[in-house]
Amino acid sequence: MAHFTKATSIKDWLNQRLAVDKVEKVMMSEYWIPKNINFLWAMGMVLVITFALLVVSGIFLLMYYVPTVEGAFYSVNYTIMREVDFGWLWRHIHGVAASVVFLIIYIHMFTGIYYGSYKKGREMIWISGMLLFVAFSAEAFSGYMLPWGQMSYWAGMVITNLFAGGSLHADGLVEWIRGDYVPAQAFLGRFFMLHVLLIPLAIIGLIGLHFGALRIPHVNNQDGEEIDFDAESKKYLDGDKAGSKVMRFANDFMSKDMMVVGIYLIFFFYLVFYNYGFAMDPVNFDPADGLKTPAHIYPEWYFLWSYEILRPFSVDLGLILFAFAQVIFVLLPFLDRSPNSVPANRRGMFAIWFWVMLVNMIILTAMGKLPPEDPFSTIGFYSAIVFVGQWLLLPVITMFEKKV
Amino acid sequence: MKNSSRRGFMGKAFGAVAGIGAVASLFAMKKSWDPLPSVKAAGFTTLDMTNYKENVMITEKWRGKPIFVLKKSAEVMAKEKGNPEAEARNIQVNGDNFMVAIGLCTHLGCIPAFREDEGNFLCACHGGMFDASGLAIKVPPPRGFDIPPFKIEGNKLVLGEAGPEWQAMKDNGVTL
Repeated sequence: MAHFTKATSIKDWLNQRLAVDKVEKVMMSEYWIPKNINFLWAMGMVLVITFALLVVSGIFLLMYYVPTVEGAFYSVNYTIMREVDFGWLWRHIHGVAASVVFLIIYIHMFTGIYYGSYKKGREMIWISGMLLFVAFSAEAFSGYMLPWGQMSYWAGMVITNLFAGGSLHADGLVEWIRGDYVPAQAFLGRFFMLHVLLIPLAIIGLIGLHFGALRIPHVNNQDGEEIDFDAESKKYLDGDKAGSKVMRFANDFMSKDMMVVGIYLIFFFYLVFYNYGFAMDPVNFDPADGLKTPAHIYPEWYFLWSYEILRPFSVDLGLILFAFAQVIFVLLPFLDRSPNSVPANRRGMFAIWFWVMLVNMIILTAMGKLPPEDPFSTIGFYSAIVFVGQWLLLPVITMFEKKV
Repeated sequence: MKNSSRRGFMGKAFGAVAGIGAVASLFAMKKSWDPLPSVKAAGFTTLDMTNYKENVMITEKWRGKPIFVLKKSAEVMAKEKGNPEAEARNIQVNGDNFMVAIGLCTHLGCIPAFREDEGNFLCACHGGMFDASGLAIKVPPPRGFDIPPFKIEGNKLVLGEAGPEWQAMKDNGVTL
């Protein structure tokens, strides 16, 4: 047994049993962050806070939500919205956060792409981040089923049909996923379970992995500078705080981080209180009806770009390109053949690649929202081809990139 | 050495037990997600075919899915003449001609709307189109409407049971 002495304080008592000082150093005061970063580096903390908002609001919704096909719509639109005091608050926080979290995820992703934060030892940060994106997408989709409105039902129908694999006609697999011939009680029950238990568990585990993946390579910086974290942190601890290129995670970096979080939360609650409509599709205020398709089915905005890649093609080609779009971002660290891990503006052709990718994804998003008719379907068709073409070109243009 | 080989044996023995357990639990988990017997048993619908009027599209329900029933007029039948694909899909009950099909777009399962003036179906989701005999006339749907298993019993049509007429359609690749 380890040797314990009479504690001189509560902190000492805890220190002997839990090594709280050591934990504090490892996690906060001696976790080193580069100084040359900007507000885009706060997006991780913004995401943590948004996830916390989703968990808390979700807990309150869970207490009144009824996961049955007869009761779900009523429990959301009557019980929670009309009867529960502040029920509307939890629902609007949950709905707005579910939408905004994807905006921040996309900013976080494109920041990583722009600054090359997926290269040179940071591959696992990128991969775990993309797994988080997949888990968040599944969480968003399963949550969208729960109010059991028209959009819930028909999105459930269309997305589960994707698993038939086009010409493979794996209808048995689709019926297995649904537990019925169409989305019904079995379907709602299992997606409820996925939404409130299994996927959140996976997300929490992946967040742990994502943070863990940062420890060894450390956070990237905005100049693509390779920092010797051991030497710089020693300089800092020896008293040369101004000369050191790094700072403590807490409280130095956290104070900046939480400043950005504060501004974000003002924007967030402005949306919750005054502009929540964008996160609440009017069609979903009609109860689910398996015999009536809404005039125009579209996913939430954050899925529109990949939906638009599916849409203009025949079913098999559409599915293949859709699957391609879903997985290709994961492979970015391996498709980018250049050794440079510097901001895109210093990487020649890659800078053009980056901005075309960003703008094209915005175009795909806009076309996905518009009805499937000309000229939108033609623009969407060419945008989808540009998207696929860019990924095929990436290894070539980065192979010929000059070493910076 | 002796110890490590004992540990090796224990490891393998545990691995075997755990492996069997894992396969068995995966089997149970898979089966727990299967459609329930009550869901499967509710899979039959009987339609009285004398109730339908010409050129009026009626939507029935079978296994929670919409079933399009369209009694075809002589005009539509004349249009179909000479098109073997359309003729093969025709269902004749007591001398009347019908289009009976699962009313879900074969692309991703939305319900196309019947347009009475044009006499065809348009899917709002991705713009697919079907004619009055149920054939796809505009992509993305890869094929015409699927025809549910049916059995003709006098004036009645039993959906969910495979009669000889449906079996022939399936064998000839008219429907899935």
